[in-house]
Amino acid sequence: MSDLLRNIIRLLLFILVQVYVLNKIPPLHQYVIPYLYYLFLLWLPFNISRISLLFVGFITGMTLDYFTNTPGLHAAACVLVAYVRPFIINILSPKDSTEFNYREPSPRSMGWTPYLVYVLILTVFHHFYLVLLEWWSFGNFLHFLIKVLSTTAISLLLVIITELLFARKMNYRTNTA
Amino acid sequence: MRNIFLFIRRFFTVIVFLILQAVSIWFLFNYNKFHRAKGLSAANEVTGWFNSKYNNVEDFFKMKEENRRILRMNDSLINLLSSNFVKNDTGRVVVRDSVAYDTTGQYRHYVWREAQVLYNTVNAEKNYVQLNRGSNQGIKDNMGVFSSDGGLVGQVVNVSSNYSQVMSLLHVQNKVNVLVKKTKSSGTLSWDGKDPRFLTLNNIPKSDSLVKGDTILTGNYSLSFPPGHMVGTVEEIIKDNSTNFYVLKIRTAANFSNLQQVMVVENLQYADQEQLFQDTKKKVDDAKKTSR
Repeated sequence: MSDLLRNIIRLLLFILVQVYVLNKIPPLHQYVIPYLYYLFLLWLPFNISRISLLFVGFITGMTLDYFTNTPGLHAAACVLVAYVRPFIINILSPKDSTEFNYREPSPRSMGWTPYLVYVLILTVFHHFYLVLLEWWSFGNFLHFLIKVLSTTAISLLLVIITELLFARKMNYRTNTA
Repeated sequence: MRNIFLFIRRFFTVIVFLILQAVSIWFLFNYNKFHRAKGLSAANEVTGWFNSKYNNVEDFFKMKEENRRILRMNDSLINLLSSNFVKNDTGRVVVRDSVAYDTTGQYRHYVWREAQVLYNTVNAEKNYVQLNRGSNQGIKDNMGVFSSDGGLVGQVVNVSSNYSQVMSLLHVQNKVNVLVKKTKSSGTLSWDGKDPRFLTLNNIPKSDSLVKGDTILTGNYSLSFPPGHMVGTVEEIIKDNSTNFYVLKIRTAANFSNLQQVMVVENLQYADQEQLFQDTKKKVDDAKKTSR
């Protein structure tokens, strides 16, 4: 299956799961909203160019926004994640994109610890910005902080569960391939 | 000139990033203007299609609860039928017709339509409800929406040809005029974005004696909602020491987490009242200008 087709299917699945499963969960607590859809951006291949990454981020966010009726909210957060992603990857595993043995970021290609750090940092970026925009007009600072932290914790848990349940089959890349 | 191009090329990614951020935030803050645009209406049709498919599945699981609720509603309505009452003097018969005007001088002010909820959230700060009826079925902006057991749900804010969006009471920009049934004093209902079971009611003077469990009804001054319909009950009374008003915590009558069937109510005089309101404003303002 080509990269493009695989990612389109993935985007659809992530958005549908976010809209019809995670957003439908009765609120566990006023601070906790489980987010998972942005994992789509973290799973994009290493060799995607930074410009197209930004546009993919924008499209992902807008797609979700049309379902939740908040045009721009998730899009802004996704564009931020897409912008920051290359820097984080560069810090955690400083290689050229051609030197990676696997195509996409995953526990297998980066190792569990660097991968989790990568997910954690981008999750915090995403939630911080999202909650900031959402609470722009009201709310106090303590609520804001607690909400960012609890939402991040629950999202990280979801990401780990997703990684364990859906281990992606990936080919080891060699020069001949 | 060459330097400008070099600069753009060097920082192309940053510039694209900033532009996309600007576009997103522009969307976000202009939503109220933007959501009437054609583009979002078209998106509404697409998401509506997905939502109706999802709804078919969801209905299967929630039908039992919903049937019970509708049965309860029917039961209360059947008790109101005129055939239940016998009048001693037969001089006059009260006729209530669905025709807008009738010979007894009564006319119809509100029309109710049933609709089905396709999508609904309670865990965001701005919650919307999507219904399976749109402008083709006669839904217009600013109509009121009530749940199947009679509790206030919200107000229609956007309509596409076959679907409509309702701003739920659980929306931080929502402001509804309501009144306390016992004392008839009216206040403003809003939501603080925290707990979907509770709303906040302001502007009820401290001279009123209230207890927990008092009924809150829709107010008399709204163009969208008929007066005297259930909104919720008082859950907690907080005395704000800095003002002369209570801050009341209201438990909603409608259960927002499992809305399935709702009723959309149309104010037949809406255009008339709104027109009068605008005309008055214009007339008074013009009078001010000319007198100066």
